[in-house]
Formats: sequence, structure tokens, C-alpha cells
Amino acid sequence: MLPIVLLSVFGIVMLFLGFMKSRAVLLPAALLFLLVALGTSFLDWGHSYLYFRDMLLVNNQTILFSAITMLSAFMVIALSGDFLQDEAAQPAEYYAIMLFSIVGAIMMIGFENLIMLFVGVEILSVSMYVLTGSDKKNIRSNEAALKYFLMGAFATGIMLFGMALLYGAVGSFTITDITAFVSLSRGGISLLLLMGLMLVLIGMLFKVSAAPFHFWTPDVYDGAPTLFTAFMSTVVKTAGFAALLRLLMAVSATSMYDRWWQIVAGITVLTLLAGNLTAVYQNSFKRMMAYSSISHAGYLLIALAALGQQSNGALAFYSLAYSVATIAAFGILLLVAKQRGKDGQRDETYEAFNGLAKQNPLLAFILAVSMLSLAGIPLTAGFWGKFMVFSTAVEKGMVWMLVVAVLMSAVGIYYYFRVVIAMYFRTGEVTAIRVAPFYRIVLIVATVLTIVLGLAPGLVQGLI
Amino acid sequence: MLTLSLILFPVVAALLVLAVRGQQTKQLAFAAALIELGLAAYAFLNFRADTSSQFGFDYPWLVNAGIRFSAGIDGVSILLVVLTGLLTPLIVLSAFQRNYDRPNVFFALILFMQAALMGVFTARDAFLFYLFFEAALIPIYFLAALWGGEDRIRVTFKFFLYTIFGSLFMLVALVYLYFQTPGSHSAAIVDLYNLKLTPEAQGWIFWAFFIAFAIKMPVFPFHTWQPDTYTESPTQATMLLAGIMLKMGVYGVIRLLLPIAPAGVDIWGSTAIVLSVIGIVYGSIIAIRQRDIKRLIAYSSFAHVGLMAAGVFSQTTNGVQGALVQMLAHGINVVGMFFVADVIMSRTQTRLIDQMGGITQHTPKLTVYFMIILLGSVALPLTNGFVGEFLLLSGVFQYNPVLGAVAGTTIILGAVYMLRLFQKTMFGKKTELTETFTDVAGSENWVLIPLCIMVLWIGVVPNAFLKVTEPAVTSLLQIINQ
Repeated sequence: MLPIVLLSVFGIVMLFLGFMKSRAVLLPAALLFLLVALGTSFLDWGHSYLYFRDMLLVNNQTILFSAITMLSAFMVIALSGDFLQDEAAQPAEYYAIMLFSIVGAIMMIGFENLIMLFVGVEILSVSMYVLTGSDKKNIRSNEAALKYFLMGAFATGIMLFGMALLYGAVGSFTITDITAFVSLSRGGISLLLLMGLMLVLIGMLFKVSAAPFHFWTPDVYDGAPTLFTAFMSTVVKTAGFAALLRLLMAVSATSMYDRWWQIVAGITVLTLLAGNLTAVYQNSFKRMMAYSSISHAGYLLIALAALGQQSNGALAFYSLAYSVATIAAFGILLLVAKQRGKDGQRDETYEAFNGLAKQNPLLAFILAVSMLSLAGIPLTAGFWGKFMVFSTAVEKGMVWMLVVAVLMSAVGIYYYFRVVIAMYFRTGEVTAIRVAPFYRIVLIVATVLTIVLGLAPGLVQGLI
Repeated sequence: MLTLSLILFPVVAALLVLAVRGQQTKQLAFAAALIELGLAAYAFLNFRADTSSQFGFDYPWLVNAGIRFSAGIDGVSILLVVLTGLLTPLIVLSAFQRNYDRPNVFFALILFMQAALMGVFTARDAFLFYLFFEAALIPIYFLAALWGGEDRIRVTFKFFLYTIFGSLFMLVALVYLYFQTPGSHSAAIVDLYNLKLTPEAQGWIFWAFFIAFAIKMPVFPFHTWQPDTYTESPTQATMLLAGIMLKMGVYGVIRLLLPIAPAGVDIWGSTAIVLSVIGIVYGSIIAIRQRDIKRLIAYSSFAHVGLMAAGVFSQTTNGVQGALVQMLAHGINVVGMFFVADVIMSRTQTRLIDQMGGITQHTPKLTVYFMIILLGSVALPLTNGFVGEFLLLSGVFQYNPVLGAVAGTTIILGAVYMLRLFQKTMFGKKTELTETFTDVAGSENWVLIPLCIMVLWIGVVPNAFLKVTEPAVTSLLQIINQ
């Protein structure tokens, strides 16, 4: 598993690069490191290995999900060009933290031993706490970091407690043993196991911001610097769902599935309702994106509640579609909020986007495509993501869940289109937004990916 | 391959048009639309009148899911392909005397719309159908909201949410049906026809489809988005909406709803017909009361579509055949009506009928064109409207004489509001606004002449069109009545 080793080393190298006088080398170095890690991750493609004393399983599923996180990180870092100009920013440290956090993400995605899951979650979470609070002079950023840290620490504690209970029930930390234990004990499932599973689930659901453990999300997303919001809403979510998938697959034997699916289904519905209905009332685009991220956790949860053959493919495709569109959206928010803001204050409301289509047709088009994709309109990747996730539900006979999800999708269209309306049909400032060439390329790549996956979903869907 | 070019050519042309700046994009878009018309005409002339699907192509798309990019033309779709091919160049041409800002975007959106519509009418895979059904919404939304009237943002957003909300129900139904197919699942529409579903399931399927299509058509009481949207949209968008897009709803009922859920139609079909008939009478009466010329046509269109819906749900050969022919006829008539309205509005700068009058005194040509199209709309024998309405009414009558009789009032009421419109605008005293009215000239002629020819052609030799659709309709009804 080269990427874990490489990213750890690269992270340290990154810190040393920070001592250099020239900041110009940092961004290309970070991108290069990620590209190398991304490339080497595919060396294991088609094989299935256990690493680190059977603590980590690497198979196609692990590779695909970690490739999505690395791609997301690559795009986010590529959008960070303005950071280098920012006096107070510490780009070397930020890049190093992001590289380290990907290591945590890969551990979560490929864990074979619950300890590995725990270590991965902690690496990722602690990185996020730091990044959230990185805007030291901004009081909202500080508040968000503290809030995230305190609540995250609780969630971790609960998860650890759950793992202890699982150990008590099974006598082992490994996924293989848990699977064997569950499939052997027909009918009588120990309460200890179920309790342990629920507590671990709570910890993980907190990380992916599923209701009712989502209350930190809007404040933290809002308070964190936008770049890191983009990072956490994509990488953390992908890693979290991959981990949940592996955990729940381990306990998917019918006798056990019958015990937990209603609970997960209930959380799914709750998450869909909480995310979508609250997003409608937001006046800030950034807060809307936070609630939208909760709602997407809901859609992804459908594939877990209806766990089956198609679930991993659906989750991977959905994560990819969601990540690409979200990064494009946050990337444009970064530009608009900064350049349309007044008196050094960022303007993150919908009004900031007024008339964007007149001055910056390309930016408006990119944001429109990403909104269409998040809303799940056909011919974008987001549609197929939703389609695959919905299919898993119908395959398990949960048509009622599909109806809820579809109604909430319609609600989603309402708030995603508010920004489209602002950009295309309202008039705003006449000054055009300046976009650096490289920045533009990243945004275009995101849009092209969204459209290509929308036209030919088979490209990724065939991988798993 | 022909079908593939019908779908893809407008996309390529639209991208080309987008790249060109300035007002000459009109000519480019028009040329593209003419080529597309040529393709559609080729399909029509070489179409064998049988039940097969012709000029088709078929590629695997989502391989492990059994979803295919499959499209072709059969007797049910041929007239709609012709309609889309015929109306688009006329709609483009109708904008020749207007100078919209950003014309490249405007015409590109029209061509994108055409591609999506062609896709809807030729799709043989249910998900492909759904995809195009939704995709058609994006260009029309931007057309209406970018170039529309003052209240355009609110109105078009309502329209967008309303119709997408409806189609999401169809998606639920399609996903459900897909998983009912045996083996490794298939979304081919033909495979969905062969499903053996319980009547209860079919009842649910019926409503999921019905809501989607009823909003699109629209059928009473799902029509509330329609008059506002028609009024606020620029004329070309209204033409696309009324002329072609609402046919997606009727077509969807014939293509998916009837054959997939026949038992559902047995249970709920009468409800659907009653709603449609209410829409006919209600729309006609409101049309009589309208002072706004665009709203009048919008309500008349609502009434006409109600008749098509009633005819289709009667599940009779006449009803379905009538609906197919009437879709073609109505498309031609309504585009003609909206264009005449646009001509009048652009010269008088008002939409209020009361402020017009005496236009005939200046305009011999416009009067003749208007009269021909109007007579087509009121379904005078030997015009295109008559063929369709006669078949539709006889279909509804066969289903239930009372409903048929009530639906028949559309002919009388239609004559009332149409002739009143003609009288108030064209005859009577001249007003300040119509004092300097000039007759149609140049490209305006070339929009109206083909429309008038089509009105008379379909009216005089309807068999040329009916015989093309007949085998397909017969076999479709056999599937339903199995």
C-alpha cells in the first residue's frame, strides 16, 4: 500500500519545504505528491492484499474510494493558489496536514481491524479540527474549531466505547472475525454486539454529518475557511461512507441486517428531511452548501440502509459525482465571496452571485452545471449517482424510502436553483471576477468530469 | 443511424451556433434546422407503415445494469418526429425580425431543445426516455427565464419546479418497473410492456405516470403553471412549449402509461377522462373571458390538450389515432396562432385585445393567414383540426356518450373565443395603436405560408398521415386489451 507510506513521507517533506524562502514551490510540490500517490495506488488494482499485520485490506474497493479522496484533495489544493499570496497563511503546514489526513482517510476506507478504523478517524478528525481553526483572526473560525473539536471528541469517545463492546461480543477486532461471528450465530444475536455496532455507528454518522448528529455541520462549514470546507465536505464524507460500508458489510448477514436496517433507514429519512428542509431557509450560499452536504449524506445512507450487491458501486459513483460538483461550487464561492465582498468582509450570500452570468459566463456555467449535478438533473453525474442509490432501495423493496428521497430531491432543486437564478436572471455588479488560469483549468476539469460521467456513467460504474 | 443523427445533429449544430457571435447566428441556426427537417422528412417518406421500429440504433450504456442507449422510430413516434422537425425551422424563422441580445445562446438553446425532444419521441429505453424528458426542461427554462417578460423569474421557476416534481414520480415508477423485469433486468420499453403486474401495483404506476404527464400536458387541475408561463415567455419559447413540448405528455401516456398499466387505466382511466373533460370546458370558458391575447391562446391550448388526453384514455383506436394526428395539427395551429399574436403584439406594443381593432384594413395577407390558422383551430372540416377532433370526440363518445357530449362543447366554445378574438382584433374600428399597422412582410410570410399549407394539407388528405400511424396504434391497443 504505497500511498499511505508515500503520503506520510511527503507530508514531512512538505513541512521541510516550508522552511524554504520561496513559497512558489509549495503548491506544485503538493500537487505532484498527490499525483504520485494517486498513480501508485492503482498498482494494487485487481489484487487483494492484507497489510500491516492484517490491519488493512487493499482491494479494488479501497483503491477506488481512496482514489476519489485523493482526486478531491488534488482539486482542492489546486484551487489554493490565492493562499500563497495571503500573508498570514501557512501553506506548507496546511498542505502537510491535508496529505496526512488523506493517510487517515485511506486507513478508514481500507480498515480490516477496528483499531485501524479508530486511528484513521482520529488522524482525519484532528487534521480537520486544525484546518477549521486555521483562520486565527476570524472569531467564527475559532468558534467553529472549538465546537467541532468538543463534539468530535465526544463522538470519538462513543465510537471507542462501541468498539470495546464489539470486542467483548466477538473477542476480536478484525472484520473477518466479526463477519464469521455474525454469520455463525443464527437467530440469537447478542445484545452486546448490537449495542457495540450502534455506538460505532453513532460515532461514524457524526463524522459524515447524518441527522440527528449533524448539528455541528452548518456552523463548522460556515466558520472554516472555504477551501477547507470544500476539503472536509468531500474527503471526510467519502472516507466516512466507505468505512461505514465496510463495517456494515461485515454485519450484513440476514439475521443481523434485520436488526439494524430499520434504524439506519430511520436515520436516512431523518437526515434527508433535516438537510433539505433547512437548506431552503438559508440566505448564505455557504450555509446552504452545508445543509446540502447533510442532505447528500442522507442519499448516500440509502445505499447503506438497502445494503446489497450494488451498494459499493453506487456509493463510489455518488461520492465521486458529489465531490467533483461540490469542489467546483466551493471553488467559485471562494472567488465570488472574496472579490464581491466589501470592506474586507467576504460576501457569501446568494446576492453575491447576482448577474455573474453577464460578466463571467464560464464561471456561471460551471456553477450551474455543478448545481444541476447536485440537484440530480439528468445528463449530469449527479443524476446517475442518485439513480444508482435509488436503485439499491428499490431492489430491497423500500419504495417508500424512494418516495421520500424523490420528494426531497424536488425540494433540493428549489435551493440549488436559487443561485442559478441569481447568476442568470438578476443584475449585479459590473466588475468581472478575475480567475487565475490554473484555477480555471481545475474548474473546467470538474465540469467536464460531471458532464462526461453524466453521459457515460458506465466509465466508473464498471470498475467495481 | 438516422435516429441517432436526428438526436445528435441539433446538438452539434447548437455547439456551432454557440461559437458564433453576432446576429448571423440566425441564418446558421435556420440552416441547421432545415437540415434536420430534411432528415425528418426523409424518415417520414421512407417509413414503412407497419409496427416495427425503424432507422434504429442500439448501444449498451450502463453495461451491468442492462440500460441501453436505444432509439428508433415507429408508427407512434413518426408524426412527432415530423412535428419537431417541421416546427423548429419555423420557430427559428419567426425570430428573424427580432434582435434578441446574445442571439447565439438563444438559438443554441432552441436547437438543444430540439435534440432533447427528438430523443423523447424516439427513445426505446425507458430511462433514455426519462433522461430526455428531463433534459428538455433545461433549455426551455433558460429560454423562458432569460428572454421573458417582467415576472419571468417567479413564473418560470414555478414552471420548472412543477414539471420536475411531476417527472420525479415517473422516475420512481420506472425504477420500480425496471426491478420487476426478469433476469438481469432491462429498461427496454418493450420489456416493460410484457410485465405481469398486480392491478394494485398498476394503480400506483398509473398515478406516478399520470401526475408526470398530466403536469406536462397540462390536464386540469395540474395546469396552473401554464397560462403564466406562456404569457411571460418570449414567443419562440411559448411556441416550443405549446407546439411541441406539451406533446411529450400525451406521447408519454400513449408510449408508457397505457401499455404498461392497462389494469391501472381500467381502474383510474375514468377519473383521468373526467379531469380532462373538466379541463376542456373550464379552459374554453376561461379563454372566452380573456383580455390578454397570449393568455387566450394559452387557455385554448389547455382545452385542446384536454381533448387529446380524454381521447387517449378512452383507449379506442379512434381516440389514440386522433390524438396522434391532433398533436401534429395542434402543434401547427398553436405555433401559427402564437406567431400571429406576436406579429400583432410587436406592432401594437400591447397584448390587450380591447386596445386593438380594424387591423384588416391594412393587412390583406395577415388576414388570410390568420383566418386559415384560426379555422384550423376551431376544427372546420377540410382543415387539420377537424380530422383530429372528429376522431378524438368519436373515441370519447365510444367510451361514454355523456362525456363525449360534454367534450363536444369544445367545438362550440372554441368557435366563440376564436372568432371573438378575430373580430376584436381584425375587424371593427381602428384604434390609436393599430393606426399605422403594416402587413406581414419578408420572413414573416415564410413562417405563415408553410403553416397554412400544412393546415389545409392535413385537412384535405388526412389519410396520408393516418395510415402511417394505424398499424402501430392497432398493435398498441392489442397489447393493452390482452
